[in-house]
Amino acid sequence: MSQKPPACNDFQLGAKKALDNKRLQAQLARTIKEGFQYKRRKGMSRLPEYDALRDRARDIKNHTLDHLDAYLERFEDEVVKAGGHVHWAETPQDARDIILDICIAADAKTVTKGKSMISEEIALNDHLAANGIQPIETDLGEYIIQLRDEPPSHIIAPAFHISKEQVADTFREHHTHLKADRDLREPTDLLIEARGELRQKFLNADVGITGANILIAETGTALIVTNEGNGDLTQSLPPIHIAVTSIEKVVPTLEDATTLLRLLARTATGQEMTVYTTFFTGAKRGDELDGPREFHIVLLDNKRSAMLGGPFHDVLRCIRCGACMNHCPVYACTSGHAYGWVYPGPIGSVLNPQLLGIAQAHVLPNASTLCGRCEEVCPVHIPLPDLLRTWRARAFNAGKPGGLQRLGLKMWAWLARRPLSYRLMVRFKMSLLRLLVGKRGRFTWFIGAGGWTKSRDLPAPQAATKHGGTFMDRYQRGER
Amino acid sequence: MSDSRTRIMGRLKAALDQRHNPTVRFSGADQRMKFPPLGLIPKRGQAEGPARIVMFVDEAEYGHAQVVRLGDLGQVPAAAAKICQEAGAGSLKIAPHPDFQGLDWSGRDVEFGIGHGDDTAGLSRAFAGVAETGTLVLRSGADSPTTLNFLPDVHLVVIFAHEIKASYEAVWAMLRAQAPVGGPVLPRTVNWITGPSRTADIEQTILLGAHGPRKLMILLIDETA
Repeated sequence: MSQKPPACNDFQLGAKKALDNKRLQAQLARTIKEGFQYKRRKGMSRLPEYDALRDRARDIKNHTLDHLDAYLERFEDEVVKAGGHVHWAETPQDARDIILDICIAADAKTVTKGKSMISEEIALNDHLAANGIQPIETDLGEYIIQLRDEPPSHIIAPAFHISKEQVADTFREHHTHLKADRDLREPTDLLIEARGELRQKFLNADVGITGANILIAETGTALIVTNEGNGDLTQSLPPIHIAVTSIEKVVPTLEDATTLLRLLARTATGQEMTVYTTFFTGAKRGDELDGPREFHIVLLDNKRSAMLGGPFHDVLRCIRCGACMNHCPVYACTSGHAYGWVYPGPIGSVLNPQLLGIAQAHVLPNASTLCGRCEEVCPVHIPLPDLLRTWRARAFNAGKPGGLQRLGLKMWAWLARRPLSYRLMVRFKMSLLRLLVGKRGRFTWFIGAGGWTKSRDLPAPQAATKHGGTFMDRYQRGER
Repeated sequence: MSDSRTRIMGRLKAALDQRHNPTVRFSGADQRMKFPPLGLIPKRGQAEGPARIVMFVDEAEYGHAQVVRLGDLGQVPAAAAKICQEAGAGSLKIAPHPDFQGLDWSGRDVEFGIGHGDDTAGLSRAFAGVAETGTLVLRSGADSPTTLNFLPDVHLVVIFAHEIKASYEAVWAMLRAQAPVGGPVLPRTVNWITGPSRTADIEQTILLGAHGPRKLMILLIDETA
């Protein structure tokens, strides 16, 4: 897979492409509301303490961030005590080099991978492939998009935008050693084929690379959550296991991790718990019959330490459940690729400008109606709309947007600060619209609003008689 | 110490020192790890007695696991053979656990050892169960190879009723109590298993048996029943 350079500022282009894609729109209509949103509601309804747990989770993350250096140091000590190695990576390049060095030292030819957004963030697959090491994604969704050479479109369901027919075509194209006339109509057929293809790869891999959803300082433990069991096979079969994750994933204790786990799957997929929640601590112990003889953990910073204590501090609470994108009306129309880089949806619109720089992603904070649903569903109460507004202000101060948009905003600001001129202007525009519309009272077409008038009429403003007039007219008449 | 570590830690400390005195910060963190606060355990994570067993079974079945109740450990070989036969599995790979080594497997197609890629059925011994979500807890060790939890098509897990705890927290307490003095608190791997392997990656359709076992059979031994 080759990662394309970030294209966050092409959001409008990507959104248009997505909106024009009828197949994608049908897929989104089917999976977002009836899939993600329904599943979360169902999961919530089975646990009366759900909301109280969210408050606890927020408090745990806040406490951890306030003591982050202490918990990371303890985590490191405990990993070393359990026979593991801890590597610190300030930048994506550092992380790639560390992982490549471990692979080279092990003379690795193939690497199996569990799903990891951090490995996407550091563009690990490209780096391994460029150095002669074959990375094999083992999560079914990741495997499909790796074959199709696409980036993920969702942080927990990377291939949800692809139809089963497309998956069948992709498998036929790549699994050329299998019979050409085999039946691949049903999702089960596709699953069985992928399972068969990947089984031997799991067994033959020289190194297994996973992410880590949570780190536990007290015990030096990292954990992954999966439903397929792929991350767990990646973690237990090869002689070397590397986990790559970011520094803000740490929590103090097993109990704290448990509180987050009670929320993570329920919020993401509505499950009581993911099928497999695997806690790993160090390397294979003396008397064990299986497990990796070497365990490495790579802790990536990539500008997270710079967020601590600043205006975007709260983003560091994120547990990557995907609920914000599942409930975002913009994401529901565009899906993930339009966002142009690793993290889509509201969390991506806040995170990408931080990780890439605002110049590279200044359009994303505007890819939102600020309706507030993302904050409503967030299991750790991240104030995403506020943070999007903060980015908008920063982008504006950095000269984005420029040109006509900026001129328009300036004109509006001038007018809005002068009530008398504003009211005169509104009155003038209302009269003008009434003049234009004639007796019908409705526009069937209006310049710049073709999308609206295609499916419904646009009513013209009514005169300041009995029911009409400006807001101020009606307010003065006592309609309040 | 690497330069990366020095720089990352430097930035963290600079930001945090403005909020808290470092001595207070480190002792605060130590306190929390020394005496971990219990957190909010949902009501259904507090079930006692027979209600706890009922909840475990209900939740396990909600997660698509199947539960077979047995009266004692001696019934395991016959029950396992029946499950293997019904699932069309050939031989049974068994974890080298003393509980299993002491059973009469004569005349049955079994082998003790770790998981292999072509295993059709595997038998493991749970460390504990969590009633709250019908979750099995397995810990790695010489008597419980991790690969056996993921490679076989059908995974059979033996658990005694008294090993089922109400909440995850109760199981952490058991593991802490068993930790070797001065050694790591947890075994290399602790697996929480809630149902058989599944995926929803193709059009959000839930399918069982992705990369792990297609079937999870819990052999629940209740000697009081």
